[in-house]
Amino acid sequence: MSSTAELHTLTGAYALHALAPDERAEFERHLEVCPACAQEVRELAATTTRLGLAVAVTPPPALKEQVLRRIATERQEPPKVSRESRGAGGGAARGRALSRFALAACLAAAAGFGGVAVWQHQEAQDARARASDSQQRSEALAAVLAAPDAKIRTGELSDGATGTVVVSQARDKAAFIASGLPKPPGGKVYQLWFNDDGTMRDAGLLDPSASSDSVLMAGSVGEASGMGITLEPAGGSPQPTSDPLALMNFPT
Amino acid sequence: MKQAVHIGGPASAGPDLQELLGQVARGDQAAFAQVYDMVCGPVLGLVRSVLRDPAQSEEVAQEVLLEVWRSAPRFQASRGSGMTWVLTLAHRRAVDRVRSAQASSDREHRAALLDRTPAFDEVTEQVESRLEREQVRRCVRTLTELQRQSVTLAYYQGLAYREVAELLSVPLGTVKTRLRDGLIRLRDCLGVNA
Ligand SMILES: [Zn+2]
Repeated sequence: MSSTAELHTLTGAYALHALAPDERAEFERHLEVCPACAQEVRELAATTTRLGLAVAVTPPPALKEQVLRRIATERQEPPKVSRESRGAGGGAARGRALSRFALAACLAAAAGFGGVAVWQHQEAQDARARASDSQQRSEALAAVLAAPDAKIRTGELSDGATGTVVVSQARDKAAFIASGLPKPPGGKVYQLWFNDDGTMRDAGLLDPSASSDSVLMAGSVGEASGMGITLEPAGGSPQPTSDPLALMNFPT
Repeated sequence: MKQAVHIGGPASAGPDLQELLGQVARGDQAAFAQVYDMVCGPVLGLVRSVLRDPAQSEEVAQEVLLEVWRSAPRFQASRGSGMTWVLTLAHRRAVDRVRSAQASSDREHRAALLDRTPAFDEVTEQVESRLEREQVRRCVRTLTELQRQSVTLAYYQGLAYREVAELLSVPLGTVKTRLRDGLIRLRDCLGVNA
């Protein structure tokens, strides 16, 4: 047990996480009864923040996609003070949170379902070209998902499956993420389309054998106002040969 | 395309971090994406300064960001700024990781820690960030040698004060007070008020 006078000197070590666990616990008990130390800790913690800001780095772009995908399936803790979440306003707030969730769940959607995949051209290419191609595509995909102007929309596809589209006008690219999509029937593939004012333009295939859960739509967004997904014979089609499973307008 | 390092503060337009954390607390993932943009650079930089290993640092930074998401409902603006809350989580996690990883092997290259300088020299194009760096560097130079070593070993390398004392061969009590008066001097030099 330290004397009170000694405890007062621990504000700096505490703010720097430099105390041993038992000393830390003891000092935290002291903080509850010593407003002077509590205030000093606040100030010194704010000071360490400046030390932290001074070593900021530029994070790798792919990190954002990973984090956003993970939070979408991650539960939040309840607030410490629960009275705000009760009562009349509670229901509305919850409703809004859920619809926001649905909308932004985008980056995450597929994570739990192992749904979708990076599109590969059917044309035979040598393995090396394909690897570098798919690498380039996944970089481009990360760039779309991380674009500052990226807009998101999620819609129902079919029983329980959802599709999410992320559009970056600045990059003129869109990404598509599906979750819960069943395997296509034998000899069929899912094909994506840009919707140019009613005309469907090929935007690539979803490859169920690939491991990624999000796909960069092939080609540029251009004037497209939305996208669609259809079931096509293996290899895909130049034009849709079946009714769309879903049509989605791009978020604006 | 280079992704900007935002360091928050008055220069950044739009809703501030506090406000955004309030939205995140209600499950708003779009707000979280904005929080991410503001905090990720500092979080990763700080974690990297403690852990050094880039892959491990990214992993811990991810854990920190997930924790920000999970515990945003518990953030209390009355207890400090949003950035302080986030960087405190980041420092705590980095320190926990470095201490658990090194508990068994004990820090092999203790002497080398002394030669490490904080990564003030990491390349960044961001003016905001360069100014912050300059100011911190200038204020760190106003500390005594013992204050400077104690504070930087504890903060940037994540050493416990006992380790600092051992490394610098000074009594425990001296390190405790140097950590405190060093930070107080920095607080005054940087004009921090909380
Ligand atoms: Zn006290």
